[in-house]
Amino acid sequence: MKFIDEYRDGKAARQFADSIRRITTREWMIMEVCGGQTHTIVKFGIDELLPEKISLIHGPGCPVCVTPVELIDKAIEIALLPEVVFCSFGDMLRVPGTKGDLFSVKAAGGDVRIVYSPLDALKYAKNSLDKQVVFFAVGFETTAPANAMAVYQAKEQGIKNFSLLISHVLVPPAMEAILSSHQNKVQGFLAAGHVCTVMGYEEYEPLAEKYKVPIVVTGFEPLDILQGVYLCVKELEEGRSEVENQYTRSVRKEGNARARQLIQNVFQVVPRKWRGIGEIPRSGLGLREQYQDYDAEKRFHVSGISKQEPSECISGLVLQGVKKPHECPAFGKSCSPDHPLGAPMVSSEGACAAYYRYRRFSTTQGAAR
Amino acid sequence: MNNCPLPIIDYNKIQIGHGGGGKLTNQLIEKLFLPEFRNSFLETRHDGAVIDFGNLKLAFTTDSYVIRPIFFPGGNIGTLAVNGTVNDLAMCGAKPLYLSVGFILEEGFPLEALYQVVQSMGKAARFAHVEIVTGDTKVVDKGKGDGIFINTAGIGVVESGVEISPKRVVSGDVVLLSGDIGRHGIAIMAVREGLDFETEIESDCAPVSDLTLDLLEKGVEVHALRDLTRGGLATALLEIAETSSSQIRIEEEAVPVREEVQGACEILGLDPLYVANEGRFAVFLPENHAQRALEIFHSYPLGKDACAIGRVVSSGARGMVTAKSQLGTNRILDFLSGEQLPRIC
Repeated sequence: MKFIDEYRDGKAARQFADSIRRITTREWMIMEVCGGQTHTIVKFGIDELLPEKISLIHGPGCPVCVTPVELIDKAIEIALLPEVVFCSFGDMLRVPGTKGDLFSVKAAGGDVRIVYSPLDALKYAKNSLDKQVVFFAVGFETTAPANAMAVYQAKEQGIKNFSLLISHVLVPPAMEAILSSHQNKVQGFLAAGHVCTVMGYEEYEPLAEKYKVPIVVTGFEPLDILQGVYLCVKELEEGRSEVENQYTRSVRKEGNARARQLIQNVFQVVPRKWRGIGEIPRSGLGLREQYQDYDAEKRFHVSGISKQEPSECISGLVLQGVKKPHECPAFGKSCSPDHPLGAPMVSSEGACAAYYRYRRFSTTQGAAR
Repeated sequence: MNNCPLPIIDYNKIQIGHGGGGKLTNQLIEKLFLPEFRNSFLETRHDGAVIDFGNLKLAFTTDSYVIRPIFFPGGNIGTLAVNGTVNDLAMCGAKPLYLSVGFILEEGFPLEALYQVVQSMGKAARFAHVEIVTGDTKVVDKGKGDGIFINTAGIGVVESGVEISPKRVVSGDVVLLSGDIGRHGIAIMAVREGLDFETEIESDCAPVSDLTLDLLEKGVEVHALRDLTRGGLATALLEIAETSSSQIRIEEEAVPVREEVQGACEILGLDPLYVANEGRFAVFLPENHAQRALEIFHSYPLGKDACAIGRVVSSGARGMVTAKSQLGTNRILDFLSGEQLPRIC
């Protein structure tokens, strides 16, 4: 298939892997920020191709993983209301809150629907005026423009039975939180290509300079990842710490000006809680004053709900590469993919879930790294 | 009253995923149904039961159909209800003979739609050389059903000497796949979610019994057959690996996936190995029978894309299925926890 196969070519992949091997002289820890990149790495076994000296750490860039447990509880409370049609992207339905997930709301009679765009949710609202339609607005800068557009249109068209339950998070503050931790082991980043498609990559330059880390804006196909790793290792080996753009077919330095403007008009930067990490200042988006009416937390009075993450979960340390998943006391005992306590066990490509899958077989199988 | 044996930490209400054919379905079977119904037929965990009747072996199976939308490109709930049960019998190595049909209709369901469904069932039955010989109709109040639900059960006969069972799978067996995968699941999803693709994707819904019977009649030594349904190819292979305590390795590049299906999967973040099929199956057989089997496959339109996709190996963990990627690396395939869901990113 065009635009797919050429980025998955086995021969080219091995050539990149060889090039990486040739320039690697020391051990390096590189974090891929985005969950989509982790997905490619796991699905195509990219880490198997890399020299042993290179460790890839799966970063906090999976919106499913980092949505805090209390927000899931809020979603469940809202979705259980008889007048509510609760719309969400598919993979949020399985994320556990403290008492259940959105699937269990569906089983209990709640109207929970999977949509592919917030604009579909807005359409439901327009067509069912006797219902309150709520969209679960999660994600990074990538999903922000569409969510902003939905709210903007709702206001323009005077659609009042529509609101957003928001857990929008931003990538650069999370990277800074990891870098500024005294335990940090991450030496280089593959930045999230689609986030940068929207936002550009100017805001990463101060980070690279301040913390002396290379940051390579990277795409999502196997060859993108391998080239991203190559560029990152090359910088590390040469002692450089610059922002480079591997994903040139999609990313411009200034990003997408119209999308950025739309985000700017509808959202403002706010502090956000991250599952497994805790609250990070100025790390998320919330609605601006003139759009407050569309905030589902206020409309359904759930702002008061506050829940703590399970204390035995060390996912914050795993996400920073400080500890390995199996070093967690809960790993494989009270925490498993069916009953996850923390972020990296929730999504199938989270670090803990990937480790869990492999370890199930590792006693009888030599190497399935 | 005894407590429900499912762990309390699990869901205390039935979820959609309990019918998804993945981990939750398996949990229901293993923890709730099997302990109560236990017998040697159920324990084979096959698509149907094969019962000895003197010189005769009888295959018996049942399935219920609750699909939305009722009509989709390439078929409707009626075609599925006939072909699905015919295929379950075929997977036992049986010649399908007779079906029963039970309709659960919702008050208000258009008679014209029912007529179309019934017509398709008649046509599918004739095509698969089976007769619908008994049936039942119930109507539930409006709002208590989703238009139409259909249950079919089927019986067939298995030739003496034919023994098809996952337990017969041994290391060295070759895995053949009867054709391209994922079309049914994507066709349904496209209609259900209102996704428009440039090319309309048609379900692969079809009866496979002519092909399986021909394989057996021509003396191909078949160890096991498994049709790929809800959980797709990956789930079918995992079930066989688990029941036969073997390890299966497949080559992902060898698995045929049509470009339009691949494209839809890329957009939705789905893995075609886990997407549903309704007219595809995998065959496990000794290597020296593989070539002959493929020749037979290729003589049928239904089997024209059939190919070898992997083999059963002795080394490694039991119950494990691995897929070798285009890059030459390996990944472990695992049961899904529930339905495969479109991903955010």
